[in-house]
Amino acid sequence: MPMDWKSTLAAACLCLGGFMPAAAAAEALNLPRQKIELVAPPYVHAHEQATAAGPKIMEFRLVAEEKQIVIDDEGTKLRAMTFNGSIPAPLMVVHEGDYVEVTLVNPASNTMPHNIDFHSATGASGGGDLTLIGPGEQVMLRWKATRTGVFIYHCIPGGPMVPWHIASGMSGAVMVLPRDGLKDGAGKPLSYDRVYYLGEQDFYVPRDAKGKFKSYTTHVDAFADTMDLMHKLIPTHVVFNGAVGALTGKNAMPAKVGERVLIIHSQADRDSRPHLVGGHGDYVWETGKFANPPQTDLETWFIRGGSAGAALYKFLQPGIVAYVNHNMIEAFELGATAHFRVEGPWNEDLMTQVRAPGPLQKTNLER
Amino acid sequence: MPPSTPPTLASQAPSWALALLVVLLGLAAVATANRLSSAQAPIALPDLVELGPGAFRYRDPADVWRDGQPTSAPLQSIRIAGRLRIMRHQVTAADYQRCVKAQACLAIDGAIDGAIDGAIDADATPDRPVVKVSWRDADAYAAWLSRSTGLPFRLPTDREWAYAAGSRFADDAEPADAQGADPGRRVLARYDKDVDRNAGRDAGFGKTPQPIGTFGANEHGLLDVAGNVWEWTDTCFVRTTLDALGAVEANVVNCGVRLVEGRHRAYMPDFIRDARAGGCSVGTPPSAVGFRLVLDAAR
Repeated sequence: MPMDWKSTLAAACLCLGGFMPAAAAAEALNLPRQKIELVAPPYVHAHEQATAAGPKIMEFRLVAEEKQIVIDDEGTKLRAMTFNGSIPAPLMVVHEGDYVEVTLVNPASNTMPHNIDFHSATGASGGGDLTLIGPGEQVMLRWKATRTGVFIYHCIPGGPMVPWHIASGMSGAVMVLPRDGLKDGAGKPLSYDRVYYLGEQDFYVPRDAKGKFKSYTTHVDAFADTMDLMHKLIPTHVVFNGAVGALTGKNAMPAKVGERVLIIHSQADRDSRPHLVGGHGDYVWETGKFANPPQTDLETWFIRGGSAGAALYKFLQPGIVAYVNHNMIEAFELGATAHFRVEGPWNEDLMTQVRAPGPLQKTNLER
Repeated sequence: MPPSTPPTLASQAPSWALALLVVLLGLAAVATANRLSSAQAPIALPDLVELGPGAFRYRDPADVWRDGQPTSAPLQSIRIAGRLRIMRHQVTAADYQRCVKAQACLAIDGAIDGAIDGAIDADATPDRPVVKVSWRDADAYAAWLSRSTGLPFRLPTDREWAYAAGSRFADDAEPADAQGADPGRRVLARYDKDVDRNAGRDAGFGKTPQPIGTFGANEHGLLDVAGNVWEWTDTCFVRTTLDALGAVEANVVNCGVRLVEGRHRAYMPDFIRDARAGGCSVGTPPSAVGFRLVLDAAR
């Protein structure tokens, strides 16, 4: 098995091999199998929060897709790279002790090699070393989910391809749940009524001499300009779920007063500071790993670049609750805003407008 | 009109959000200078449409609170007594550029398609509306045009704009749910209204100004009313407080925020050139902002 592909790729991005190891003997594991149909974020495929069943082999299929997408309401185009067509890639949910069996497909219509590094997996660059495939190939990898938490996965094809593929959209997350479910710091069970998966993504779209965003005929055409811009580390867009406004307006995420919502947030590149405007993090696994007790009652938390975190919140008031990166420049100017559309009765005890806006009162003036 | 009307910068963003905008964009405004021109090159009179006296149905744009709850201003029959003379089309990039060359208007980044950093391309798009202009820019243009022509041009009031817009004037009544005591229902009602209103807004409705006439003429012959370029008015933001019986208790006027008209109403700080939404500010902002002027017969 040739392991020098990294250096080869660093020199020229279009090399690849058909040298994957033969599929290991999955049959040796005498475990039940479950095939999961992944769904596009922010939604998450159906799953048990806790399970009485024993470990399974969980089967997933990811298809690398190179395509052009529109990333803002001005029609800015990006030569994107995705797993299963979405940014972020779908959330995969399993339980501790399960085996994750992923078929990665690289359609012949693509132009580049792709692979996948699961942060939740152990060995071989998270599977990256064993999954590099070119257009017209597929590969199957199985790894054991030994640690609980939310973990990102991303493409890692070598050299400058790594940051480029990630900045183009190739990351997602895996959630490994404890078999007996989530718990608070005292060991008391926690559950959720809904779960949403938000992938925060920085994009770097080059501009022309007149300051307008450029579009490119092919991914390869976009490469050099995009890398130059990435080196400056200042994104042109920071968005949730692939585009400015992807989770606002008609795409706002529904919830109801009284519902406990688990919000999973990943960022493969940059740090982020999620904040619910008018809400809180009841239980927050800031580093995303469920073996650690969750922090409670947070105002803003921190998602380290290259990781995923999880926050559980019971909505207490109706309205539009914004979920923002509390670097407000990124939230307001670059796009890092999502909205929850929360229905239910208003709680006057928690908040009331004692006096409506109006002219200054005399008593105020006299003070 | 109501509190939510134009869910945009000023109307719905919390004050801290507005403050942020002020900080971010304040610098651009500071420059709006007094480069008064001495140039008096002959300037052709703009193409004006004249409307006679008439009546129309109109809802005041004030942010009205009655007995502590937001409500819609009543729909009233309004009479326009005299003539109204208003520009047939929005001020174009070429028009604005003449004011810039006379050093009476600020060159604006990107105000003319293809121009940045104040450098104007010879082959810019002169036949398109100037956009990315603030109320202050528009006001400066009106002053310059008045000096150049010897005729009193100014921005229209909201009533004048609505009268000239005719069938293209959008009455932004509050949804019923937006008028109750429940803040949650209010914000959801406004949010949903905004979503519905913008459901079909996509192709051709971006920020790029289109050639004059692209959006056709209204029944008065005005071009591109309620197209993808909104228009500044002279009308200031007003908060009206009514008592339980509907009698006016107070009007608080804020002329740092002016009303922008188009497919929907929007309030914007007078130094803002490019409306944007984001974060927890709710509502779709104008795609682009330009202006047209009226000839003030009264003066």
